[in-house]
Amino acid sequence: MQNYIIFSTLLFAIGIAGLFINRKNIIILLMCLEIILLAVNTNFIIFAKAWGDIAGQAIVFFVMTVAAAESAIGLALVVLIFRDKHSISVDQLNQLNG
Amino acid sequence: MNILWYLAVTVVCAPLLGAITVGLLNKKLSRSLAHWITCSLMLVCFGASSSILVGFLIGKFNTVDIDLYVWGNTSNLSIAVGFLLDRLSALMIAIVSFVSLVVHVYSIGYMHDDPGYQRFFCYISLFTFGMLMLVMANNFAQLFFGWEAVGLMSYLLIGFWYKKEAANFASLKAFLINRIGDMGFVLGIAAVLYYFNSLHFKTVFAQISTLVATNPMLAITNTVQWPAISFICICLFIGAMAKSAQIPLHVWLPDSMEGPTPISALIHAATMVTAGIFMVARMSPLYEYSETALTLMLIIGSLTCLFMAILAIVQTDIKRIIAYSTLSQLGYMVVALGASAYAAGIFHLVTHACFKALLFLGAGAAILAVHHDQNIFKMGNLHKYMPITAVTMLIGNLALLGFPGTSGFYSKDLIIASVRNSSLTFSTIAYYIILFTVLITTFYAARLMLVAFRTQERMAEDVREHLHEPRKVIWVPLIILAIPSLFLGMIMITSILNQFFGDAIFVLPAHDTVAMFKTQDFHGWFSMWLHGFVSLPFVCILMGMCLAWLCYEKYPALPGIIQNDAKLMTRILLAKFGFDDFNEKIIMPATRKLGNYCWQIGDVLCIDGIMVNGTANSVGRVAGVLKHAQTGYLYHYIFIIVAGLLALLVWTMFL
Amino acid sequence: MTAQLNILSLIIWTPVLAGLMFLLLARHVTLSNKLRYAPLLISLLSVAYITFAFYNFTLNTAQMQLQEHIMWMPTLGIEYALGVDGFAILLTALTIFMTLLVILAAFTHVKREQFLTYCASFLIMQGLMCGVFLATDAILFYVFFEAMMIPMFLIIGIWGAENRIYATFKFMLYTLFGSLFFLIALLYLHKVATSNGLIGTESFAIASFQNLTLDLATQKWLFWAILIAFAVKIPMWPVHTWLPDAHTEAPTGGSMILAAITLKIGGYGMLRFLLPIVPAGCAFFANTIIILSLVAIAYISLITLVQQDLKKLVAYSSIAHMGFVTLGLFVACKVITVNNGPQIAVTGIDGAVLQMLAHGFISGAMFLCVGILYVRMHTRAINQYGGVVNTMPLYASFLMLFALANVGMPGTIGFVGEFFVILATFKAGFWYALIASSSLVLGVAYTLWMYKRVVFGEVVNHAVTALSDLSINEKIACALLAAAVILFGVWPNPLLNVMRGSSQQLAMQLSK
Repeated sequence: MQNYIIFSTLLFAIGIAGLFINRKNIIILLMCLEIILLAVNTNFIIFAKAWGDIAGQAIVFFVMTVAAAESAIGLALVVLIFRDKHSISVDQLNQLNG
Repeated sequence: MNILWYLAVTVVCAPLLGAITVGLLNKKLSRSLAHWITCSLMLVCFGASSSILVGFLIGKFNTVDIDLYVWGNTSNLSIAVGFLLDRLSALMIAIVSFVSLVVHVYSIGYMHDDPGYQRFFCYISLFTFGMLMLVMANNFAQLFFGWEAVGLMSYLLIGFWYKKEAANFASLKAFLINRIGDMGFVLGIAAVLYYFNSLHFKTVFAQISTLVATNPMLAITNTVQWPAISFICICLFIGAMAKSAQIPLHVWLPDSMEGPTPISALIHAATMVTAGIFMVARMSPLYEYSETALTLMLIIGSLTCLFMAILAIVQTDIKRIIAYSTLSQLGYMVVALGASAYAAGIFHLVTHACFKALLFLGAGAAILAVHHDQNIFKMGNLHKYMPITAVTMLIGNLALLGFPGTSGFYSKDLIIASVRNSSLTFSTIAYYIILFTVLITTFYAARLMLVAFRTQERMAEDVREHLHEPRKVIWVPLIILAIPSLFLGMIMITSILNQFFGDAIFVLPAHDTVAMFKTQDFHGWFSMWLHGFVSLPFVCILMGMCLAWLCYEKYPALPGIIQNDAKLMTRILLAKFGFDDFNEKIIMPATRKLGNYCWQIGDVLCIDGIMVNGTANSVGRVAGVLKHAQTGYLYHYIFIIVAGLLALLVWTMFL
Repeated sequence: MTAQLNILSLIIWTPVLAGLMFLLLARHVTLSNKLRYAPLLISLLSVAYITFAFYNFTLNTAQMQLQEHIMWMPTLGIEYALGVDGFAILLTALTIFMTLLVILAAFTHVKREQFLTYCASFLIMQGLMCGVFLATDAILFYVFFEAMMIPMFLIIGIWGAENRIYATFKFMLYTLFGSLFFLIALLYLHKVATSNGLIGTESFAIASFQNLTLDLATQKWLFWAILIAFAVKIPMWPVHTWLPDAHTEAPTGGSMILAAITLKIGGYGMLRFLLPIVPAGCAFFANTIIILSLVAIAYISLITLVQQDLKKLVAYSSIAHMGFVTLGLFVACKVITVNNGPQIAVTGIDGAVLQMLAHGFISGAMFLCVGILYVRMHTRAINQYGGVVNTMPLYASFLMLFALANVGMPGTIGFVGEFFVILATFKAGFWYALIASSSLVLGVAYTLWMYKRVVFGEVVNHAVTALSDLSINEKIACALLAAAVILFGVWPNPLLNVMRGSSQQLAMQLSK
């Protein structure tokens, strides 16, 4: 049990670290997001098993569906950004800069 | 609703109707139709007003006080438009409509070629309406209406030739100075309302004895308190000072000569400028209880009388000479009021209206003859070419200086005698001042006659060839005015002394200087005439005449020598004692500068700059600092989200 | 019977709905050309409505008349409630009259293709402003009070001069800033009313606010909260600086309505909310406000004197004249307790309301006259003019009349209000009256000096030579204004009769 939690926490930390460290590539950002969601899903499964509650496992399916939709939209955005800027570098996407 | 009532309405409405008709139709009306309409309506007005006067004289009419309609009604203050007709207002409307009628007729000739012919007749009719409303008013609000209406018409008429810069300047100056007086006048009215709770003359006068008994004080500052009645009187007199052109608010009158000459005759000599005198006489029940105000009038009046007469000596413009003489004569009237000789003041007002209108119209005839040149040193020997004008001018001037027998003699002698009888502190000095002024008056009047109508001809050759007596519409009014200038005094003096004004003028027995003259010195008009030749004023007249004869006929070089020797005095006189310079070089720029400071520093810099735009700018500046938090990098945002989450977590767990 | 006709709702909504319709139709060029006279008809219809309202108006009572009540938000106790009293009906009539003139003037002052949208905005504006005057429910009042800003914002922003964006934002922010505090005050009053057992529609009725008894400390802060909203509108010194900008940049009609009506809403708000709801607060701060009003009169008059821009000059003179409104009202608050006070207070209130009406006519007329010059010469700088009388004599006559009214010449409506206010002010103190009466001199100085520079003299340039005198629609507009200015100057008593009941009631509320 403990090991599983440590595993999912590590997974989450890797995802977050990826978001922070990565400044080059939006695709990597999306992948990091997927890793975070994966960590969440792992947690859901662990605790569903621990409490004996099937609802946790059911929610995982929802999360996976949402994650799939999200990455689809994300990839579409990446395509559009590339078409516009000929680059997918995160550093160049700072138009919200005040 | 008796006949007097209808007559009164006719008196007021006839000139108004004329003004409205001609004013609205203006150029659609032919010139002759314009003057026919206004002159015939003025004739109606004069007929009605003279029959009112006659009615009062033969005792058919009694004082009436009727409201025409309610003008405004707020809480317990009801202001109506109405007429108070007594012997004072009857005399005033008669003289106003008389002079106005004569001036209307004269203008047909004088304004003959002017493009603004119809407008001119509209204005003078409207002016007459305003003046009649003023003298017939039965309450302060209507008095103020007439007061302002004549001021306005004076403004419009001085600026009648609107292309002339000098005329526009003079008209604005006249209006502004009049409004300064009106400030005082309005405050006086407000004080009347404060203490009497009414603006109706009758109600106010009825309460005076109660007010005098309690003698309330008006706190000006915490320590200074003024008797209310003196305050009211002085405030009202400030209004009169502007309208009747007393020092230091006299500066507008000489400049007003920029207007057409008939206007100078009608407004700036015969009627409007006497409004202040009339008002004080009308308020005599108030003024009688304020020796402060009476003394003030004595001082102001005698100073105006003397100094303005002195200025007339150095003027070369014929109209300005007469204008300064008007100022000086108004000073006489104010002195009379100060000596409680209201009847004498009004008497002089009436005679002055006739002879001053005559002088102006005569001057106008001379100006027309020499092709609109007003300098007397470019005239000379005019009596050869225009004898009627010269003779009538001589009559006018004799009346002005008070030559025994003329109308001016009776009224001016009455004033001088009344001032001698007065027991106020300043009255002795005032007496000598106005006596000395007779000398100066004689001097400048004789100078005018000698230089312009006698001695050698100084006008240009082409002008002289065309010199001739003016048209009939011009010289007939001169003769019409010359008759009362000669004889009005003899006719009126006895009745003036015999309580002519009845209860319209109130004088305390202790102040009644006119009655003192009557009991001590008066033995009929004829003996007064004869006595005139052995009195002090006549000595002054003789001296003045001799001086003028020496300076301008016998030794014409003399004035030049005196001017060279007394440079400082000449400069002071030519600068008119510096009143104009003071206004134009100090007051006017200072006001404008103050306005600019208020605008640039107060509004633009402080309120708009610091407060309004300052707020907006500081919002902008703070935002400018804060916006740097918005980097646009996703990882910064995520970092803050996570850090925030952690912080919240720590906060909820450990605190 | 009259209640069934809902005349007040008609006054408000007919022009608003018609205006919205015109806005929709304005895109169809042919149709909008056909509809050229439609806005004028709607405006004349409004005149008929208000005439009808006057016909059914009972004098000498302070009761709200011709009332209408429709439940609007029952759970909050907010009602669609309308009614008129002496003050409201006069100001409503003024609004309708001025809009008629704006539409008349627009026939030659606005481009043909913009005419319908322009008039539509003013019709909507007219309806909303009437709503402000007629609302008897506080929230309804507030809604109209704010809604009215939208068309004005657009009018200045779309049809204004070069600097219009700055002016319109300044105007909007200034007024919104003020009205926020007013909203807070209203909600607080609602709370007090509810806790006093006034429930349902009474909890937001203006009349029930007026009957609340509040202690002095509450009245003091409520006073400032309510004052700030209306002080900005009137405007009082020192929150006046939006006005010169907004008036200068607005198109002719915008300036006319701003000066003639929008400023009156400030005065009306004081009559309706400030004085009756917090009388003790008003009496407590009366001296302060009197001094601010006197500053407005004297200081602003001096500023007016040095203006070089025609519209700015008229705008600044508006502030000075509105100083008399606040002066009259707060003199009434100050003298109410002294001997004879209620009578003098009525004189002060009457004077203030008359001054509002007078200023409505006169400032409208002055801005119209400036606009008439502006459409011909496209400049507002005084030094570009001179000798206008030579080419536009009729115009010069009208402008002279309005200028004289502006300086408070007796016989014009401009005199009545000023005179009454000065009479009342003397009771409050000699120095107050002295400073107030300084406007007699300064008014002449700035108005007639401007007149002298613009109208008199020789023709100064070719642009002035080319000027054409008034067109027929301008003639009608000027003549209507001139008639009003003279008629009510010679005989203001009808106006005083209409407002008598209300001003006496207000004086009673002040003395309670």
